[in-house]
Amino acid sequence: MRNIFIFIRVYFNFLFFLFLMGVSLYMLFAYNKYHQTVYSAVANEATGALSTQYNKVQYYFQLKRTNDSLVKANENLYNKLKADFELPDSTSNKVVDSLKNDTIPSARKYLYLSAKVVRNSVNQQNNYIIVHRGALQGIAADMGVIAPNNAVIGSVMEVSGNYAVIMSLLHEQSNLSARLKNSGETGTVVWDGISSKIILLKDISKSVKISAGDTVVTSGFSDKFPSGLLVGYVKDIINDKSSSTYTIRLTPAANFQNLQFAYIIKNFQADEPSQLLKKVKNK
Amino acid sequence: MSSLVKNIVRFCLFILVQVFVLDQVPPLHHLAVPYLYFLFILWLPFKMGRRTQMILAFALGFALDCFTKTYGLHAAPCVFIAYMRPFLINLLISQEGTESNYQEPSAKSMGFTPYFTYIFILTVVHHSILFFLQLLQTGGFFYFIMKIIISTALSLGLIFLTELLFTRKQRFRTNTV
Repeated sequence: MRNIFIFIRVYFNFLFFLFLMGVSLYMLFAYNKYHQTVYSAVANEATGALSTQYNKVQYYFQLKRTNDSLVKANENLYNKLKADFELPDSTSNKVVDSLKNDTIPSARKYLYLSAKVVRNSVNQQNNYIIVHRGALQGIAADMGVIAPNNAVIGSVMEVSGNYAVIMSLLHEQSNLSARLKNSGETGTVVWDGISSKIILLKDISKSVKISAGDTVVTSGFSDKFPSGLLVGYVKDIINDKSSSTYTIRLTPAANFQNLQFAYIIKNFQADEPSQLLKKVKNK
Repeated sequence: MSSLVKNIVRFCLFILVQVFVLDQVPPLHHLAVPYLYFLFILWLPFKMGRRTQMILAFALGFALDCFTKTYGLHAAPCVFIAYMRPFLINLLISQEGTESNYQEPSAKSMGFTPYFTYIFILTVVHHSILFFLQLLQTGGFFYFIMKIIISTALSLGLIFLTELLFTRKQRFRTNTV
Protein backbone atom coordinates (compact mmCIF):
# COMPACT_ATOMS: atom_id res chain seq x y z
CA MET A 1 0.00 0.00 0.00
CA ARG A 2 2.78 2.38 0.92
CA ASN A 3 4.45 1.71 -2.40
CA ILE A 4 1.30 2.68 -4.25
CA PHE A 5 1.23 6.02 -2.49
CA ILE A 6 4.89 6.59 -3.28
CA PHE A 7 4.25 5.67 -6.90
CA ILE A 8 1.36 8.10 -7.12
CA ARG A 9 3.41 10.87 -5.51
CA VAL A 10 6.38 10.36 -7.82
CA TYR A 11 4.35 10.15 -11.00
CA PHE A 12 1.64 12.58 -9.97
CA ASN A 13 2.29 15.02 -12.83
CA PHE A 14 2.18 12.25 -15.38
CA LEU A 15 -0.98 10.76 -13.91
CA PHE A 16 -2.57 14.18 -13.84
CA PHE A 17 -1.64 14.64 -17.48
CA LEU A 18 -3.21 11.29 -18.36
CA PHE A 19 -6.33 12.27 -16.42
CA LEU A 20 -6.77 15.57 -18.28
CA MET A 21 -6.07 13.91 -21.63
CA GLY A 22 -8.62 11.24 -20.76
CA VAL A 23 -11.24 13.83 -19.87
CA SER A 24 -10.78 15.73 -23.13
CA LEU A 25 -10.77 12.62 -25.30
CA TYR A 26 -13.83 11.28 -23.50
CA MET A 27 -15.64 14.56 -24.10
CA LEU A 28 -14.62 14.51 -27.76
CA PHE A 29 -15.80 11.00 -28.49
CA ALA A 30 -18.84 10.97 -26.22
CA TYR A 31 -20.17 14.25 -27.59
CA ASN A 32 -20.86 12.76 -30.99
CA LYS A 33 -23.17 10.17 -29.52
CA TYR A 34 -24.78 11.99 -26.63
CA HIS A 35 -24.69 15.64 -27.46
CA GLN A 36 -27.25 16.51 -24.81
CA THR A 37 -24.62 17.07 -22.18
CA VAL A 38 -25.03 19.20 -19.11
CA TYR A 39 -22.19 21.63 -19.77
CA SER A 40 -23.13 22.23 -23.39
CA ALA A 41 -26.46 23.85 -22.48
CA VAL A 42 -24.69 26.28 -20.15
CA ALA A 43 -21.90 26.87 -22.66
CA ASN A 44 -24.48 27.50 -25.38
CA GLU A 45 -26.11 30.33 -23.50
CA ALA A 46 -22.78 31.91 -22.58
CA THR A 47 -21.07 31.72 -25.97
CA GLY A 48 -24.35 32.55 -27.69
CA ALA A 49 -24.68 35.79 -25.76
CA LEU A 50 -21.12 36.76 -26.66
CA SER A 51 -21.61 35.85 -30.30
CA THR A 52 -24.77 37.97 -30.43
CA GLN A 53 -22.77 41.00 -29.32
CA TYR A 54 -20.14 40.30 -31.96
CA ASN A 55 -22.77 39.74 -34.63
CA LYS A 56 -24.29 43.16 -33.96
CA VAL A 57 -21.11 44.67 -35.37
CA GLN A 58 -20.44 42.12 -38.09
CA TYR A 59 -24.04 42.15 -39.32
CA TYR A 60 -23.64 45.82 -40.22
CA PHE A 61 -20.97 45.05 -42.80
CA GLN A 62 -23.16 42.54 -44.60
CA LEU A 63 -26.36 44.59 -44.68
CA LYS A 64 -26.16 45.09 -48.42
CA ARG A 65 -25.80 41.41 -49.28
CA THR A 66 -28.43 40.39 -46.72
CA ASN A 67 -30.81 42.94 -48.16
CA ASP A 68 -30.25 41.68 -51.70
CA SER A 69 -31.01 38.10 -50.73
CA LEU A 70 -34.16 39.14 -48.86
CA VAL A 71 -35.36 41.19 -51.86
CA LYS A 72 -34.90 38.13 -54.06
CA ALA A 73 -36.80 35.93 -51.61
CA ASN A 74 -39.58 38.52 -51.55
CA GLU A 75 -39.70 38.64 -55.35
CA ASN A 76 -40.16 34.88 -55.38
CA LEU A 77 -43.07 35.10 -52.97
CA TYR A 78 -44.74 37.98 -54.86
CA ASN A 79 -44.69 35.87 -57.99
CA LYS A 80 -46.68 33.20 -56.24
CA LEU A 81 -49.51 35.51 -55.20
CA LYS A 82 -53.00 34.66 -56.44
CA ALA A 83 -53.41 38.17 -57.83
CA ASP A 84 -50.73 37.44 -60.42
CA PHE A 85 -52.89 34.93 -62.20
CA GLU A 86 -56.11 35.47 -64.08
CA LEU A 87 -58.70 32.86 -63.45
CA PRO A 88 -61.16 31.88 -66.19
CA ASP A 89 -64.49 33.58 -65.81
CA SER A 90 -66.80 30.99 -64.33
CA THR A 91 -69.63 33.23 -63.20
CA SER A 92 -71.56 33.06 -66.48
CA ASN A 93 -71.83 29.31 -66.82
CA LYS A 94 -73.98 27.35 -64.51
CA VAL A 95 -72.38 24.50 -62.70
CA VAL A 96 -74.16 22.52 -60.06
CA ASP A 97 -71.93 21.99 -57.15
CA SER A 98 -72.53 18.45 -56.10
CA LEU A 99 -70.00 18.57 -53.33
CA LYS A 100 -71.69 20.50 -50.53
CA ASN A 101 -68.99 20.13 -47.96
CA ASP A 102 -65.32 19.97 -48.62
CA THR A 103 -64.56 16.52 -47.39
CA ILE A 104 -60.80 16.90 -47.64
CA PRO A 105 -59.62 18.79 -44.61
CA SER A 106 -56.45 20.75 -45.10
CA ALA A 107 -54.00 20.67 -42.26
CA ARG A 108 -50.83 22.59 -41.94
CA LYS A 109 -47.79 20.35 -42.24
CA TYR A 110 -44.84 22.73 -42.29
CA LEU A 111 -44.29 26.00 -40.48
CA TYR A 112 -41.32 28.26 -41.18
CA LEU A 113 -39.78 30.07 -38.22
CA SER A 114 -37.28 32.84 -38.87
CA ALA A 115 -34.09 33.04 -36.83
CA LYS A 116 -31.09 35.35 -36.69
CA VAL A 117 -27.74 33.67 -37.28
CA VAL A 118 -25.26 34.79 -34.63
CA ARG A 119 -22.31 32.55 -35.36
CA ASN A 120 -21.29 30.50 -38.34
CA SER A 121 -18.12 28.78 -39.47
CA VAL A 122 -17.04 27.22 -42.75
CA ASN A 123 -13.39 26.32 -42.28
CA GLN A 124 -13.63 23.73 -39.52
CA GLN A 125 -13.88 20.01 -40.02
CA ASN A 126 -17.31 20.03 -38.42
CA ASN A 127 -19.16 23.28 -38.89
CA TYR A 128 -21.98 24.55 -36.75
CA ILE A 129 -24.34 27.49 -37.11
CA ILE A 130 -25.74 29.11 -33.99
CA VAL A 131 -29.04 30.98 -34.19
CA HIS A 132 -30.72 33.23 -31.66
CA ARG A 133 -33.93 31.28 -31.24
CA GLY A 134 -34.30 28.31 -28.93
CA ALA A 135 -36.62 25.96 -27.10
CA LEU A 136 -38.55 28.85 -25.51
CA GLN A 137 -39.39 30.14 -29.01
CA GLY A 138 -40.52 26.81 -30.37
CA ILE A 139 -37.37 25.20 -31.74
CA ALA A 140 -36.66 21.53 -31.10
CA ALA A 141 -33.92 19.16 -32.15
CA ASP A 142 -34.03 17.52 -35.62
CA MET A 143 -35.79 20.35 -37.44
CA GLY A 144 -34.61 21.29 -40.93
CA VAL A 145 -33.02 24.69 -41.60
CA ILE A 146 -32.94 26.67 -44.86
CA ALA A 147 -31.40 29.95 -46.02
CA PRO A 148 -33.57 32.84 -47.33
CA ASN A 149 -33.08 31.63 -50.93
CA ASN A 150 -34.79 28.31 -50.11
CA ALA A 151 -31.53 26.40 -50.01
CA VAL A 152 -30.94 23.77 -47.36
CA ILE A 153 -28.23 24.64 -44.84
CA GLY A 154 -28.56 21.98 -42.16
CA SER A 155 -30.64 20.60 -39.32
CA VAL A 156 -31.02 21.54 -35.67
CA MET A 157 -28.77 19.50 -33.45
CA GLU A 158 -29.25 20.89 -30.01
CA VAL A 159 -31.32 23.60 -28.34
CA SER A 160 -30.99 25.57 -25.15
CA GLY A 161 -33.40 28.21 -23.85
CA ASN A 162 -32.69 30.99 -26.34
CA TYR A 163 -30.18 29.51 -28.77
CA ALA A 164 -30.04 26.58 -31.13
CA VAL A 165 -27.00 24.83 -32.55
CA ILE A 166 -27.43 23.76 -36.16
CA MET A 167 -25.37 21.04 -37.77
CA SER A 168 -24.40 22.63 -41.07
CA LEU A 169 -24.39 20.64 -44.31
CA LEU A 170 -20.64 21.18 -43.97
CA HIS A 171 -20.35 18.56 -41.23
CA GLU A 172 -18.89 15.10 -41.40
CA GLN A 173 -22.04 13.52 -40.04
CA SER A 174 -24.52 15.50 -42.08
CA ASN A 175 -26.68 13.26 -44.17
CA LEU A 176 -29.43 14.56 -46.43
CA SER A 177 -31.70 12.74 -48.81
CA ALA A 178 -31.80 14.57 -52.15
CA ARG A 179 -32.87 13.97 -55.73
CA LEU A 180 -31.91 15.15 -59.18
CA LYS A 181 -34.62 17.50 -60.34
CA ASN A 182 -34.60 16.28 -63.95
CA SER A 183 -34.51 12.53 -63.59
CA GLY A 184 -35.93 12.10 -60.10
CA GLU A 185 -33.12 9.78 -59.04
CA THR A 186 -32.52 10.01 -55.27
CA GLY A 187 -29.23 9.88 -53.41
CA THR A 188 -27.54 11.07 -50.26
CA VAL A 189 -25.74 14.37 -49.80
CA VAL A 190 -22.65 14.27 -47.58
CA TRP A 191 -19.56 16.41 -47.05
CA ASP A 192 -15.98 15.17 -47.21
CA GLY A 193 -14.61 17.89 -44.94
CA ILE A 194 -12.33 19.45 -47.52
CA SER A 195 -13.75 22.52 -49.20
CA SER A 196 -16.79 24.58 -48.23
CA LYS A 197 -17.55 25.14 -51.92
CA ILE A 198 -18.15 21.46 -52.70
CA ILE A 199 -20.57 18.87 -51.31
CA LEU A 200 -21.02 15.31 -52.56
CA LEU A 201 -24.08 13.51 -53.82
CA LYS A 202 -23.69 9.74 -53.51
CA ASP A 203 -25.55 6.62 -54.59
CA ILE A 204 -26.77 7.82 -57.99
CA SER A 205 -26.90 4.86 -60.35
CA LYS A 206 -24.79 5.02 -63.49
CA SER A 207 -27.75 4.62 -65.80
CA VAL A 208 -28.89 8.18 -65.12
CA LYS A 209 -27.95 10.92 -67.55
CA ILE A 210 -26.38 13.84 -65.73
CA SER A 211 -24.96 17.07 -67.05
CA ALA A 212 -23.16 19.90 -65.32
CA GLY A 213 -25.47 22.55 -63.94
CA ASP A 214 -28.34 20.18 -63.12
CA THR A 215 -30.30 21.16 -60.04
CA VAL A 216 -30.43 18.92 -56.98
CA VAL A 217 -33.36 19.36 -54.61
CA THR A 218 -34.55 17.71 -51.39
CA SER A 219 -36.39 14.45 -51.92
CA GLY A 220 -39.06 14.87 -49.27
CA PHE A 221 -38.31 11.44 -47.88
CA SER A 222 -37.02 12.74 -44.59
CA ASP A 223 -39.42 14.35 -42.15
CA LYS A 224 -37.23 17.45 -41.83
CA PHE A 225 -37.71 19.05 -45.25
CA PRO A 226 -40.59 19.33 -47.70
CA SER A 227 -39.63 18.13 -51.16
CA GLY A 228 -38.23 20.49 -53.76
CA LEU A 229 -36.01 22.75 -51.67
CA LEU A 230 -32.71 23.66 -53.32
CA VAL A 231 -29.60 21.74 -52.31
CA GLY A 232 -27.03 22.45 -55.01
CA TYR A 233 -25.99 22.35 -58.63
CA VAL A 234 -23.99 19.57 -60.31
CA LYS A 235 -20.38 20.60 -60.81
CA ASP A 236 -18.76 17.44 -62.11
CA ILE A 237 -18.83 13.69 -61.71
CA ILE A 238 -16.24 11.52 -60.03
CA ASN A 239 -16.23 8.36 -62.09
CA ASP A 240 -15.32 5.55 -59.73
CA LYS A 241 -14.90 2.46 -61.89
CA SER A 242 -15.00 0.07 -58.96
CA SER A 243 -18.51 1.03 -57.93
CA SER A 244 -21.84 0.86 -59.69
CA THR A 245 -22.91 4.30 -58.56
CA TYR A 246 -21.76 7.83 -59.29
CA THR A 247 -20.41 10.26 -56.75
CA ILE A 248 -21.32 13.73 -57.95
CA ARG A 249 -19.68 16.94 -56.80
CA LEU A 250 -22.16 19.73 -56.14
CA THR A 251 -21.84 23.44 -55.66
CA PRO A 252 -24.06 24.19 -52.65
CA ALA A 253 -26.99 26.47 -53.43
CA ALA A 254 -26.73 28.20 -50.06
CA ASN A 255 -24.03 30.77 -49.56
CA PHE A 256 -22.43 29.53 -46.36
CA GLN A 257 -19.95 32.39 -46.20
CA ASN A 258 -22.44 35.09 -45.32
CA LEU A 259 -25.49 33.73 -43.61
CA GLN A 260 -27.42 36.28 -41.59
CA PHE A 261 -30.90 34.78 -41.45
CA ALA A 262 -32.23 31.26 -41.49
CA TYR A 263 -35.65 29.67 -41.51
CA ILE A 264 -36.25 26.68 -39.31
CA ILE A 265 -38.87 24.26 -40.58
CA LYS A 266 -41.26 22.76 -38.09
CA ASN A 267 -43.02 19.61 -39.24
CA PHE A 268 -46.33 19.01 -37.45
CA GLN A 269 -46.63 15.49 -38.76
CA ALA A 270 -43.16 14.28 -37.96
CA ASP A 271 -44.19 12.03 -35.09
CA GLU A 272 -46.68 9.82 -36.87
CA PRO A 273 -44.43 8.19 -39.50
CA SER A 274 -41.64 7.67 -37.02
CA GLN A 275 -43.94 6.00 -34.53
CA LEU A 276 -45.28 3.79 -37.26
CA LEU A 277 -41.77 2.87 -38.24
CA LYS A 278 -40.96 2.02 -34.64
CA LYS A 279 -43.99 -0.25 -34.49
CA VAL A 280 -42.87 -2.09 -37.61
CA LYS A 281 -39.37 -2.52 -36.29
CA ASN A 282 -40.62 -3.98 -33.02
CA LYS A 283 -42.50 -6.73 -34.81
CA MET B 1 1.03 44.63 -14.20
CA SER B 2 1.25 41.53 -12.13
CA SER B 3 1.80 38.19 -13.77
CA LEU B 4 -1.66 36.98 -12.80
CA VAL B 5 -3.54 39.92 -14.28
CA LYS B 6 -1.39 39.83 -17.38
CA ASN B 7 -2.16 36.17 -18.00
CA ILE B 8 -5.89 36.60 -17.42
CA VAL B 9 -5.98 39.41 -19.99
CA ARG B 10 -3.92 37.32 -22.40
CA PHE B 11 -6.21 34.32 -21.97
CA CYS B 12 -9.28 36.36 -22.90
CA LEU B 13 -7.55 38.15 -25.79
CA PHE B 14 -6.19 34.98 -27.36
CA ILE B 15 -9.58 33.27 -27.20
CA LEU B 16 -11.38 36.31 -28.62
CA VAL B 17 -8.85 36.76 -31.43
CA GLN B 18 -9.02 33.08 -32.33
CA VAL B 19 -12.82 32.88 -32.23
CA PHE B 20 -13.84 36.21 -33.72
CA VAL B 21 -10.97 36.99 -36.06
CA LEU B 22 -9.03 33.94 -37.20
CA ASP B 23 -12.02 31.59 -37.35
CA GLN B 24 -14.10 34.19 -39.17
CA VAL B 25 -11.74 35.20 -41.97
CA PRO B 26 -12.64 33.56 -45.25
CA PRO B 27 -10.49 30.42 -45.57
CA LEU B 28 -7.41 30.95 -47.75
CA HIS B 29 -7.32 27.32 -48.74
CA HIS B 30 -8.75 24.26 -47.07
CA LEU B 31 -5.26 23.15 -46.04
CA ALA B 32 -4.34 26.45 -44.40
CA VAL B 33 -6.14 26.88 -41.09
CA PRO B 34 -4.81 29.74 -38.95
CA TYR B 35 -4.24 28.97 -35.26
CA LEU B 36 -2.70 31.34 -32.77
CA TYR B 37 -4.46 30.80 -29.43
CA PHE B 38 -1.97 28.18 -28.15
CA LEU B 39 0.73 30.87 -27.96
CA PHE B 40 -0.81 31.59 -24.55
CA ILE B 41 0.59 28.29 -23.29
CA LEU B 42 4.00 28.95 -24.83
CA TRP B 43 4.17 32.32 -23.07
CA LEU B 44 3.36 31.08 -19.56
CA PRO B 45 6.01 31.94 -16.95
CA PHE B 46 8.95 29.57 -16.39
CA LYS B 47 8.18 29.19 -12.71
CA MET B 48 4.60 28.12 -12.91
CA GLY B 49 3.87 24.67 -11.47
CA ARG B 50 3.35 21.91 -13.95
CA ARG B 51 -0.11 21.04 -12.73
CA THR B 52 -1.21 24.68 -12.96
CA GLN B 53 0.12 24.82 -16.51
CA MET B 54 -1.88 21.78 -17.49
CA ILE B 55 -5.06 23.04 -15.86
CA LEU B 56 -4.67 26.40 -17.62
CA ALA B 57 -4.04 24.67 -20.94
CA PHE B 58 -7.12 22.53 -20.46
CA ALA B 59 -9.18 25.62 -19.61
CA LEU B 60 -7.88 27.41 -22.72
CA GLY B 61 -8.69 24.51 -25.01
CA PHE B 62 -12.09 24.01 -23.43
CA ALA B 63 -12.96 27.71 -23.75
CA LEU B 64 -12.27 27.52 -27.49
CA ASP B 65 -14.20 24.25 -27.74
CA CYS B 66 -17.27 25.92 -26.25
CA PHE B 67 -17.30 28.26 -29.24
CA THR B 68 -16.60 25.70 -31.92
CA LYS B 69 -18.90 23.09 -30.28
CA THR B 70 -16.23 20.41 -30.48
CA TYR B 71 -15.77 19.63 -26.79
CA GLY B 72 -12.32 18.19 -26.14
CA LEU B 73 -10.89 18.68 -29.63
CA HIS B 74 -8.67 21.63 -28.75
CA ALA B 75 -8.31 20.74 -25.08
CA ALA B 76 -6.40 17.52 -25.80
CA PRO B 77 -3.51 19.04 -27.85
CA CYS B 78 -3.28 21.97 -25.40
CA VAL B 79 -2.86 19.66 -22.41
CA PHE B 80 -0.26 17.71 -24.35
CA ILE B 81 1.91 20.70 -25.22
CA ALA B 82 1.59 21.99 -21.65
CA TYR B 83 2.93 18.65 -20.44
CA MET B 84 5.78 18.66 -22.97
CA ARG B 85 6.78 22.29 -22.35
CA PRO B 86 8.96 21.92 -19.21
CA PHE B 87 10.98 19.07 -20.77
CA LEU B 88 11.67 21.15 -23.86
CA ILE B 89 12.63 24.21 -21.86
CA ASN B 90 15.08 22.18 -19.78
CA LEU B 91 16.66 20.84 -22.96
CA LEU B 92 16.85 24.12 -24.81
CA ILE B 93 17.89 26.66 -22.21
CA SER B 94 21.48 27.55 -22.88
CA GLN B 95 22.86 28.99 -19.71
CA GLU B 96 22.26 28.36 -16.05
CA GLY B 97 19.81 30.67 -14.32
CA THR B 98 17.70 31.83 -17.23
CA GLU B 99 14.59 30.70 -15.42
CA SER B 100 15.41 32.91 -12.48
CA ASN B 101 16.69 35.85 -14.48
CA TYR B 102 13.72 36.11 -16.80
CA GLN B 103 10.04 35.56 -16.30
CA GLU B 104 8.84 33.85 -19.43
CA PRO B 105 10.15 32.29 -22.66
CA SER B 106 11.02 34.79 -25.38
CA ALA B 107 13.69 35.35 -28.00
CA LYS B 108 15.54 37.56 -25.54
CA SER B 109 15.48 35.26 -22.55
CA MET B 110 16.27 32.01 -24.36
CA GLY B 111 18.18 33.19 -27.40
CA PHE B 112 16.68 33.28 -30.86
CA THR B 113 17.51 29.77 -32.08
CA PRO B 114 16.41 27.86 -28.95
CA TYR B 115 13.25 29.97 -28.77
CA PHE B 116 12.45 29.31 -32.42
CA THR B 117 13.03 25.56 -31.94
CA TYR B 118 10.78 25.63 -28.89
CA ILE B 119 7.97 27.39 -30.79
CA PHE B 120 8.42 25.21 -33.85
CA ILE B 121 8.32 21.85 -32.05
CA LEU B 122 5.30 22.72 -29.92
CA THR B 123 3.41 24.12 -32.91
CA VAL B 124 4.02 20.98 -34.94
CA VAL B 125 2.97 18.77 -32.03
CA HIS B 126 -0.16 20.83 -31.39
CA HIS B 127 -1.21 20.79 -35.04
CA SER B 128 -0.45 17.09 -35.48
CA ILE B 129 -2.65 16.04 -32.57
CA LEU B 130 -5.41 18.45 -33.51
CA PHE B 131 -5.61 17.38 -37.15
CA PHE B 132 -5.17 13.73 -36.23
CA LEU B 133 -8.22 13.93 -33.96
CA GLN B 134 -10.14 15.82 -36.63
CA LEU B 135 -9.32 13.37 -39.39
CA LEU B 136 -9.90 10.14 -37.49
CA GLN B 137 -13.01 9.43 -39.52
CA THR B 138 -11.93 10.46 -43.01
CA GLY B 139 -9.00 12.00 -44.84
CA GLY B 140 -5.95 10.42 -46.39
CA PHE B 141 -2.40 10.38 -45.09
CA PHE B 142 -1.11 12.83 -47.68
CA TYR B 143 -3.89 15.30 -46.90
CA PHE B 144 -3.07 15.01 -43.18
CA ILE B 145 0.65 15.69 -43.67
CA MET B 146 0.06 18.60 -46.06
CA LYS B 147 -2.41 20.14 -43.65
CA ILE B 148 0.11 19.95 -40.81
CA ILE B 149 2.92 21.47 -42.87
CA ILE B 150 0.93 24.32 -44.39
CA SER B 151 -0.99 25.20 -41.23
CA THR B 152 2.20 25.08 -39.16
CA ALA B 153 3.85 27.50 -41.58
CA LEU B 154 0.85 29.81 -41.32
CA SER B 155 0.82 29.63 -37.51
CA LEU B 156 4.56 30.31 -37.31
CA GLY B 157 4.04 33.35 -39.50
CA LEU B 158 1.27 34.57 -37.21
CA ILE B 159 3.40 33.97 -34.10
CA PHE B 160 6.28 35.87 -35.68
CA LEU B 161 3.98 38.80 -36.44
CA THR B 162 2.59 38.73 -32.91
CA GLU B 163 6.11 38.78 -31.46
CA LEU B 164 7.00 41.77 -33.64
CA LEU B 165 3.81 43.70 -32.95
CA PHE B 166 3.56 43.09 -29.23
CA THR B 167 7.02 43.29 -27.78
CA ARG B 168 7.00 41.89 -24.30
CA LYS B 169 9.15 43.80 -21.87
CA GLN B 170 11.48 41.25 -20.32
CA ARG B 171 13.18 42.62 -17.27
CA PHE B 172 16.52 41.16 -16.35
CA ARG B 173 16.04 40.36 -12.71
CA THR B 174 19.26 39.74 -10.84
CA ASN B 175 19.44 38.49 -7.29
CA THR B 176 15.74 38.15 -7.12
CA VAL B 177 15.74 34.47 -6.34
